[in-house]
Amino acid sequence: MNKMMSDKKVIALYVLPPLLLIVALVYIPIIMTGYYSLTQWDGIGQMKFIGLDNYKELIKDEMFWKSVYHSFLLAVFSVISLLGYLAVSLVLAGKIKGANLLRKIYLIPMLLSSVAIGQLWLRIYHPSNGMLNHFLTFLGIENPPNWLADPSIVLYAVFIPIIWQYAGFYILIYYAALKSIPTSIIEAAIIDGANPLQLAYKIKIPLILGVIKVTIVLAVVGSLKYFDLIYVMTDGGPNGASEVIASYMYHKAFRSFNFGYGSTIAFFLLLICVVVTWLIRKFTKSNEEVQYY
Amino acid sequence: MLKKAHSLLCIMIIIFALVLTGCSGTANEGASSSGNGKKVTITFMHLWPAGSSKQQNMIVNEIIKEFEEQNPNVTVKQEVLENEQYKNKLKVLAASNELPDVGMTWAAGFLEPYVKGNLFAPLDDILNSGLKDKFVAGTTEAYAVNNKTYALPLELNITPVYYNKEIFSKYHLEPPKTYEDFKNIVQTLVKNGVAPIALGNKDRWTGSLWYMYLADRIGGADTLKNAINDNGTFEDPSLIKAAEEVQHLVKMKAFIKGFNGLSNDEAKSEFMNEKAAMYLMGTWELPNFTTNEEVPKEFRDKVGFFKFPVVDGGKGNADSWVGGPGVGLFVSENSKAKEEAKKFVKFFIEKWGEQSVTKAGVIPATKVDTAKIDLPQLYIDVLNELNKASNITLFADVQMNPEAAQTHLNLIQSLFGEEVTPKDFAKQHEEALAKTKEK
Repeated sequence: MNKMMSDKKVIALYVLPPLLLIVALVYIPIIMTGYYSLTQWDGIGQMKFIGLDNYKELIKDEMFWKSVYHSFLLAVFSVISLLGYLAVSLVLAGKIKGANLLRKIYLIPMLLSSVAIGQLWLRIYHPSNGMLNHFLTFLGIENPPNWLADPSIVLYAVFIPIIWQYAGFYILIYYAALKSIPTSIIEAAIIDGANPLQLAYKIKIPLILGVIKVTIVLAVVGSLKYFDLIYVMTDGGPNGASEVIASYMYHKAFRSFNFGYGSTIAFFLLLICVVVTWLIRKFTKSNEEVQYY
Repeated sequence: MLKKAHSLLCIMIIIFALVLTGCSGTANEGASSSGNGKKVTITFMHLWPAGSSKQQNMIVNEIIKEFEEQNPNVTVKQEVLENEQYKNKLKVLAASNELPDVGMTWAAGFLEPYVKGNLFAPLDDILNSGLKDKFVAGTTEAYAVNNKTYALPLELNITPVYYNKEIFSKYHLEPPKTYEDFKNIVQTLVKNGVAPIALGNKDRWTGSLWYMYLADRIGGADTLKNAINDNGTFEDPSLIKAAEEVQHLVKMKAFIKGFNGLSNDEAKSEFMNEKAAMYLMGTWELPNFTTNEEVPKEFRDKVGFFKFPVVDGGKGNADSWVGGPGVGLFVSENSKAKEEAKKFVKFFIEKWGEQSVTKAGVIPATKVDTAKIDLPQLYIDVLNELNKASNITLFADVQMNPEAAQTHLNLIQSLFGEEVTPKDFAKQHEEALAKTKEK
């Protein structure tokens, strides 16, 4: 094995093909998007190079900043929801009855496609026949809100299914991380008289801190790039009340035939994601690496 | 054992080689466009899936079958998508220069970027080879840019207000003649707990129809047109008045609950399930109220229509309609089988005119002789209205260029959601139109 790893040809054989694929499918398109963002182009006809004009317009574009705000709001909600998932996983990873069944139940939303989830929640939110409003009228609330038509509520109404959709994913990650903690450490702590809260707070969470950091990055970056359910459920409406960066980019590029400007938004989104990831990693950096033994 | 594996491998290699040469063979044939009996495949992308547009889908298949029988060297390959997906896919294909040989497009503002990008082939040659006289006057012009026609229309649509006769008679209501009557109807229905109008304004062009009609009835046939063409202004008092009326209707609770978050399909199902009394929509919905066997006959018999009522003191008359040609067929400029594709388009238009009337109850863009055929009464009535039409105003979002159209549609949604005042509504339209003119 070691001998193979020192053979440069073998290393190249293994590393080059995926490297070429990634460069061709990821880095080259990024560079091209960067170039498109400097042009005025409707996606079909002649491209016109206009330098940084698109970026200047972007900075003045109120709708864009509104969508940035919405995206960051979603990121905040996602990170807060991580706490809940962590709590659920701590319980599941303990020795409780039916943990396996519960884990499967939590995971199922993740197996559904976004479009199906969107359709499902559209039914739930339907203003007159929806399950939610039926329930609310049953409780005696006379005028339940129009969840997807009211600009002051719509954003939160679409956040709920998004967070619901990813519950299983994060619970699974936490669950796996918790399960990989050697039982000897936990047993030792129990013998030392730690109660379940102390056990979670002082032993388990510090031990899976690395995983938690990864999930925070995933949740934040995932939220900033989020598109699917917004597109299916509200299409950014009413009048931009639930527009996020990705949906705004889509509308500009494909609905308004403004590919250049759409690319500008896309490139800006990439910059935001890179900066945010870097910041999170910087602020959560710790020198101690977890060592089990 | 080893020997066996060897021969198996040999056979597989041979098969593989055959498949490869087979593939390249058809590709070459596809590329040649001469009619000397070589096999040609043309791709045809349309938006009538068997599920939601059953009648149209059937006719398409019949026409293709007939065409293939008459032209044994041509195979037509279909790709069917639903409306919104269709629009999106067309743009993506256009950007990568891979448009289907024949496809569907909308008129005016929608068509323009494609024409400017040299993606659609001019169809004047087939239009002038005897097809021109078949079209209803004025329909092909909507597809012309710089005096060249880039697509040939299949449908001609107007938008009546459909209503449920049973609900109306239950509350002793008559189809309205004036806008006052109309508001009384709305009031009576609201009082009795019936949702008056089904509207799915998540799709936004649906709300635009209401605004356009009010603009027409108050300001006359040309005010809105001029405002869009920049010969007039959106800040015209009658256009602001129309916006005020929209909000007045919203305040009266004329539209179904949560309309700004519902899609057109969801709203339509409210009307079809008789939970709403009225529905303003294009005549492309006619089959659902006349010939579509999947809709219960009881319901189909209950549907009537009326013209958008006139407003007291307004300049518009009842015979002015919002509408226009619907989808048309285009031929891709870069098609490898352009001749065959054009032939197919011509064939399709001719056949469509005959069959769409009898089998789908769709109003084609070609002239119809109603005397010879047995048609549902609702259909004949609409067709007669169309023949009397004094004016047809093309849908606003189709008239504008894509960028301005998006602003218009967003503003419509805020107008209906009472988030913008009628004055700001007009002002922002002006700004958007001025901005697109700069470019």
